Amino acid sequence: MLKVDDLKIHYGGIEAVKGISFDVPDHSIVTLIGANGAGKSSTLRTIAGLVKASSGTISLDGEDITNMPSAKRVGKGIVLCPEGRRVFPDMTVLENIKIGAYLRNDDLTDDIENIYNLFPRLKERNWQLAGTLSGGEQQMLAVARSLMSNPEIMMLDEPSLGLAPIVVQEIFSIIKKINKERGTTILLIEQNANMALKVADKAYVMETGRITLSGTGAELLANDDIKAAYLGKKK
Amino acid sequence: MSLYSIPMFRIFYFKGKSLMSLTTFLQQCLTGISLGGAYALIAIGYTMVYGILRLINFAHGDIFMMAGYFMIFAMASLPWFIALPVVLIVTTALGVGIERVAYKPLRSAPRMSVMISAIGVSYLLQNLATYLFTALPMGYPEVPGLKKVYQLGGLSASFVTFLTPVLTLILVYLLITLIQHTKMGMAMRAVSKDYETASLMGIDINRTISITFAIGSILAAVGSILYFTDRMTVFPFSGSLPGMKCFVAAVFGGIGSIPGAVVGGFLIGMGETALVAAGYSTFSDAFTFVILIVILLVRPTGLFGEKTTNKV
Ligand SMILES: Nc1ncnc2c1ncn2[C@@H]1O[C@H](COP(=O)(O)OP(=O)(O)OP(=O)(O)O)[C@@H](O)[C@H]1O
Ligand SMILES: [Mg+2]
Repeated sequence: MLKVDDLKIHYGGIEAVKGISFDVPDHSIVTLIGANGAGKSSTLRTIAGLVKASSGTISLDGEDITNMPSAKRVGKGIVLCPEGRRVFPDMTVLENIKIGAYLRNDDLTDDIENIYNLFPRLKERNWQLAGTLSGGEQQMLAVARSLMSNPEIMMLDEPSLGLAPIVVQEIFSIIKKINKERGTTILLIEQNANMALKVADKAYVMETGRITLSGTGAELLANDDIKAAYLGKKK
Repeated sequence: MSLYSIPMFRIFYFKGKSLMSLTTFLQQCLTGISLGGAYALIAIGYTMVYGILRLINFAHGDIFMMAGYFMIFAMASLPWFIALPVVLIVTTALGVGIERVAYKPLRSAPRMSVMISAIGVSYLLQNLATYLFTALPMGYPEVPGLKKVYQLGGLSASFVTFLTPVLTLILVYLLITLIQHTKMGMAMRAVSKDYETASLMGIDINRTISITFAIGSILAAVGSILYFTDRMTVFPFSGSLPGMKCFVAAVFGGIGSIPGAVVGGFLIGMGETALVAAGYSTFSDAFTFVILIVILLVRPTGLFGEKTTNKV
């Protein structure tokens, strides 16, 4: 289980995250929703080790990982699929997939085959340079790349950003499938609160650096404040 | 039919009189290619470090100079076949050590600070060498066989002249294979594109940067052995002019590109030799810098440069 306890994050003098605590139970899907600038990406980037926590602890299965270098966290089974995809544009699709398994030394053939079953479009585009893929394809590649490390916990930062509704559906169904079939724990950030709450076992709402509300996905979907603020429905 | 009627050979003639025989021409070409090979090996170090740190490692030419001194001292007490690997190892340690001490602490500092640190290291090495070894040129030792003169057709040159371009091409081939087809190479490519995402893949950024410096330093050490065997002396500023020229070669080829650095190295080496052969040796050094200015004005990305060099 991933546990975040009283986490604070500062950029210069500005406190972007003001002491948040939450758990991500094994094999669950947890989502963080909230407006722009609420501190969602900062939280995930800190869990991944890209940003230093100014106080508080992050622990994985009881082990304190707050100050572990980011590359080591991948080895511990935490992977972040970053905001904006960040595929390596001048590597091929296959190389991008392989680099996701950088820390593994075993045979990748079966895993690559599994990835291609999950994302048949990537198989067709095997040799294409990742920079020339469409936005949706790049997002799939970014998810595929993250999966190659065989993570216990996969964090996804706005995987639906800028994608057509049909592709968003596809990505979400793949996320659910990864969670069901592999048992991978998912920690998801979304602007698309409706989609995220529907798949989430547990959800947290962030507002300007604080968690203001939490509950199961279904509870928050039914919450009037959430409906008004994030789902575009009137109270 | 006289050679004069073939346009290509007209350069040997001036007002119908022969300026240079074909043999002399080929001889100069060989000299140029050989010098170019040594330049290429050094230029690769500039281009690789730039690729991964976006830093012009001004100390690189001085690492090359220090490799010259290491060879002098290694050969003084060891047989050549042990001295060679010792020089490679010690030079690598120096290059990696400089990165650890002078560049790594500045990883998140503005690029200008790292550049200033590099200039500082360059002066430090030059002054350290002056202090330790005096400013007087020291004789460069001879690896048996390297200076032996061979005849090839009408050409005669020492073995090192033939060896340099061949060895350069072999090393470049190995390097490109390493970068394109190994996990380590993949990590180097990833780090040079995007530190953050590379570390999200589990790649150790600092280790990858050290490996890059190690490779650049090994090649500089090999280049130094080939270059100084021909020049025969080393002094504390031996590295500065060749260093600048190789930096220009890297810019010429497109900084960040390894094939670019190789082509740039060969072109600068040959251009310089051609000017010397044509009697303009006074201008041969200036030539390099004229090229730098022209390239920066006309095609700042160089021959093979990336179109976008900004980091995500
Ligand atoms: N590197 C940084 N330097 C300075 N301030 C930053 C940095 N990264 C984020 N911030 C600030 O921290 C706050 C939280 O940003 P964060 O990216 O975590 O928000 P977010 O919830 O992910 O927003 P969005 O939904 O728009 O992605 C913002 O006010 C942002 O401007
Ligand atoms: Mg964000």
